[in-house]
Amino acid sequence: MSYRKVNIWKTIDWITVLFYLIMVAAGWFSICGASYEYGHMNWFDPSGRPGSQLIWIALSFVLIFFILMLDSNFYGVFAHLIYAVIILLLIVTIFLAPDIKGSHSWLVLGPLRLQPAEFAKFATALAVAKIMSTYGFKLAKVKNILLVLFLIFLPLACILLQSEMGSALVFLAFFLVLYREGMTGYVLLTGICAVAFFVISMMYSEVLIGTSPLGELLVLSIVQVLMIFLARVLQQERSALPVKILSGTTLAVGLTAYVVSLSTSVDWIRVAIGLIGVSSVYLIYLAIKHWFWQYLLIILFAIVSIGFLYSVDYVFNELLEPHQQLRIQVALGLKDDPGGAGYNVNQSKIAIGSGGLMGKGFLNGTQTKLKYVPEQDTDFIFCTVGEEEGFVGASAVLFLFTFFIIRLISLAEKQKTAFARIYGYSVASIFFFHLAINIGMVTGLTPVIGIPLPFFSYGGSSLWGFTILLFIFLRLDASRKERFGGGGLEV
Amino acid sequence: MTNPENYTSNYRRYIISGAVIATVIIFIIRLLYLQVIDNEYKVWADSNAFLKKTLYPSRGMIYDRNGRLLVYNQPAYDVMLIMREIQPFDTLDFCHTVGITKAQFDKRITDIKDRRLNPGYSSYVPQTFMNQLSAQDYGILQEKLYKFPGFYIQNRTIREYEYPHAAHVLGNVGEVNKKDIELDNYYVQGDYSGRSGIERSYENALRGEKGVEILLRDAHGRTQGKYENGRHDVDPVSGKNLTLSIDIDLQTYGEQLMQNKIGAIVMIEPATGEILCMVSAPSFDPGMLVGRQRGKNHTLLENDPLNPLFDRTLMGAYPPGSTFKPAMGLIYLQEGVITPDTYYSCAHGYPVLPGNKPGCHGHASPLSLVSALSTSCNSYFCWGLRDMIDSRRRYASVQEGLDVWKDHLVSMGYGYRLGVDLPGEKAGYIPNSKIYDKMYNGRWSSSTIISVAIGQGEILATPLQICNLSAEIANRGYFYTPHIVNNIQDHVLDTLYTQKRYTSIDKSYYESIAEGMRSAVVGGTCRRAALPDIAVCGKTGTSENPHGKDHSVFMGFAPYDNPKVAIAVLVENAGFGATYAVPIAKLMMQKYFSIEMTPADKYMEETFMNTVILPRNVL
Repeated sequence: MSYRKVNIWKTIDWITVLFYLIMVAAGWFSICGASYEYGHMNWFDPSGRPGSQLIWIALSFVLIFFILMLDSNFYGVFAHLIYAVIILLLIVTIFLAPDIKGSHSWLVLGPLRLQPAEFAKFATALAVAKIMSTYGFKLAKVKNILLVLFLIFLPLACILLQSEMGSALVFLAFFLVLYREGMTGYVLLTGICAVAFFVISMMYSEVLIGTSPLGELLVLSIVQVLMIFLARVLQQERSALPVKILSGTTLAVGLTAYVVSLSTSVDWIRVAIGLIGVSSVYLIYLAIKHWFWQYLLIILFAIVSIGFLYSVDYVFNELLEPHQQLRIQVALGLKDDPGGAGYNVNQSKIAIGSGGLMGKGFLNGTQTKLKYVPEQDTDFIFCTVGEEEGFVGASAVLFLFTFFIIRLISLAEKQKTAFARIYGYSVASIFFFHLAINIGMVTGLTPVIGIPLPFFSYGGSSLWGFTILLFIFLRLDASRKERFGGGGLEV
Repeated sequence: MTNPENYTSNYRRYIISGAVIATVIIFIIRLLYLQVIDNEYKVWADSNAFLKKTLYPSRGMIYDRNGRLLVYNQPAYDVMLIMREIQPFDTLDFCHTVGITKAQFDKRITDIKDRRLNPGYSSYVPQTFMNQLSAQDYGILQEKLYKFPGFYIQNRTIREYEYPHAAHVLGNVGEVNKKDIELDNYYVQGDYSGRSGIERSYENALRGEKGVEILLRDAHGRTQGKYENGRHDVDPVSGKNLTLSIDIDLQTYGEQLMQNKIGAIVMIEPATGEILCMVSAPSFDPGMLVGRQRGKNHTLLENDPLNPLFDRTLMGAYPPGSTFKPAMGLIYLQEGVITPDTYYSCAHGYPVLPGNKPGCHGHASPLSLVSALSTSCNSYFCWGLRDMIDSRRRYASVQEGLDVWKDHLVSMGYGYRLGVDLPGEKAGYIPNSKIYDKMYNGRWSSSTIISVAIGQGEILATPLQICNLSAEIANRGYFYTPHIVNNIQDHVLDTLYTQKRYTSIDKSYYESIAEGMRSAVVGGTCRRAALPDIAVCGKTGTSENPHGKDHSVFMGFAPYDNPKVAIAVLVENAGFGATYAVPIAKLMMQKYFSIEMTPADKYMEETFMNTVILPRNVL
């Protein structure tokens, strides 16, 4: 060893460790609250959930010790091997896993049940970080892009085959990492637009403005606004005139149509499509005039968006399974069905809503105690927090996660190696996705996609998965000071 | 090492951080809405978790004046259901167990859900499915209950009657209707309240206070013990016991005497205004209107042409006939129209009007007040009315005269409700001058309205009012508002029933009226009312009935000095007062004074119990 070895306990980022410990402790108390039965409570009985969670926590500490004791280079060196092993495990799981509530994601080893999908996250993060940090790696190269996408979609596909849609969707978090590493923002924009267009057109398809469905009209308006925005982004140091012409025309046509609509009925959809058409013709003219072909991309965007909009019905009706359709409809408020598919979300909202400002107090929640919320100690654990600790407690947990994720981002930015930085961003993005999907689900904002809340939801696999994910990064972060701290030598 | 930084990373770092913060802000706004702004979820959570079980108090018991138990409670079982908890079950098995048809089952479910019929409906709250299951059905259902999720059994109590008598006085208890629920939020659908009699008028004392037990209920509908160890539970408070002024023996005897007749007997203790018995015939067994047969029996009684549900003692308004004459005498004396020594002539009728109408029967003429009462002379009281209201020396107009006359009668308890503590009392009817002005275009005199002087014409009075007149003559000038409840447990009786009500007639005028009534028993129209050793005073009456045979009426009190009891008897379609009302009154008083019966009395008793006097169209 040519560099100075520094004591890991001095260089580790104790602030993040503190966040971790607070969340694990708060999670344990929430599990106590969620599994508390009236009249009797065996806090430490290993056959109960609080007791076994304590064992998982204790074992996590052992894991942390080993992770921190290993040399930081180990993770880079063995990244691909770890990835390969986990993928193998995922594939094996597809075939061996018994059916547990419709999911085939559990490997049963005697008394132990393991969910390999939870460990695929850190393995994929390691592999992606390793690939992307190799010398000369540039995202612009198609070969590289395909390679990274392969690394991301291979576990995603395996997990989808295990019928774990939630866990699979988490892998989309890597697109945030790719974005940070130079992938064009248009990919994210496209993704967000696709989701937004889908949701908006579904939610407002029944509302009519005159004879036009509001959903369609809203999407077309957004397309038009985005066209102007993109023209503004692309113009760079060119003349601002085209943007002014585009926005002026849009405003003028909109106002005229509005005035006309006061006396006679207006087909708003035709107006919007006409406007987009006129803008496209103008952009083609500009592209030819200035020989600036990127304007054509804007037209492509508009065409694809409109095509997508009109294929949503097809996607929804033909590609999604009936229970998924129902869940989406319930989540979007299109179907009110408190007894059926909406039951989980409805009870979840009731439990959280009944907490009020200050909550009912630890172990005093009635909805969670009486098992009104399904999966209340796993995916719906946040209900217990919401009911017993109220708005104050629930917000505190959200703030905790926010600070935690922001801290991870800032640590990632401080990394001196691309490997550590990319890995750090992967960790932050995965936590962010879990938070967003889980809280969105329990508060009834997004469809019900079963996914645990990190450190809070009951379960050994998820706790260990997140612990490994986090502490490998903290180990890498600690070595940053090893290499450069105290005037040490570079390799 | 390569420099990992590139030109985009700096701002992209902030875009990613911004996305995180924006997401959390959306969540916090959402939480604020769910937890702080919208209250609906809290209500929902409570109805999720709390099973509010009503604890029904036992209804107050009812005793007679001698402390004999008349009405008490017996356990009954109601079938309740919580709509939200129903899961598919064997409907036919259920119907078979509780003894209903599938159609009845479906109808009941629809009715429960209909908010117009059942305004308090909630699928979370127990609803009454069936009332008062019998003990056997209860036993069978209890065993099978696990098969019918959502159904529960609620223990209740229903009324049990010790005697098959006094149905009108006691009244009955029935399920509350939509209006009751709207008027008093104490009630929920399926509750019971007094529908008639003292059950109704003393509902608030008898019903007690419902309690509540808050149980925690889990997602599967299983109860998980009491909420906060029952800290918020409320114990039910039993209803107050009532002691009636009724003597159940007297009541029973009266009902037996009135068997197969239509009419009423009222007996009042003049010294207190307590009603000793209140018989309305035909009557029925109060036990008929309890339990699941209630609805059927009620319809049966409703459709009976003799209308047994109608309490004739205070809902029946009859022309009081000659029993009105003592009141007339009192008014004439008070107004100075006559003195006890004033004599009027009678020529088998009132000589003033053509054809001597109203007519009279044979007796000495001219005659004094006492004799007039004794012989029930019509002319005497017609003369009195003429001298009173037609004389312009006394009053400026005939109208003024009649209104003075009316005011006196009102002070004696006529024309308005007396205020007895039973529901449904009728006011009777005493006309005033305005009525006659309207009727006769303002041109009328005593001759026009002469029949009011003998308790006919427009005059209507309830048997209770007739008895009350007797009580105030017994008291020589005052009465207590007649009442049926002597004592409410832990309560003081309303002052309405403990204050003397003086009439507008001077005490001194009563003596000659009492004397006249005594004379009627000694040697006048109601000789058959005489009792050994007790100086009975009385007045017969014949209440003209435009629909058929006249009603036989008697009013009296006994003894002459320090009267103990006042009585009124009315037998519909029985002709002269002396024929039926007088002997029945005599037997009642004999019973009251516990005077041993002679063989003749026994024979009379038997005869009256077996006599049938019903309108021809019924027989």
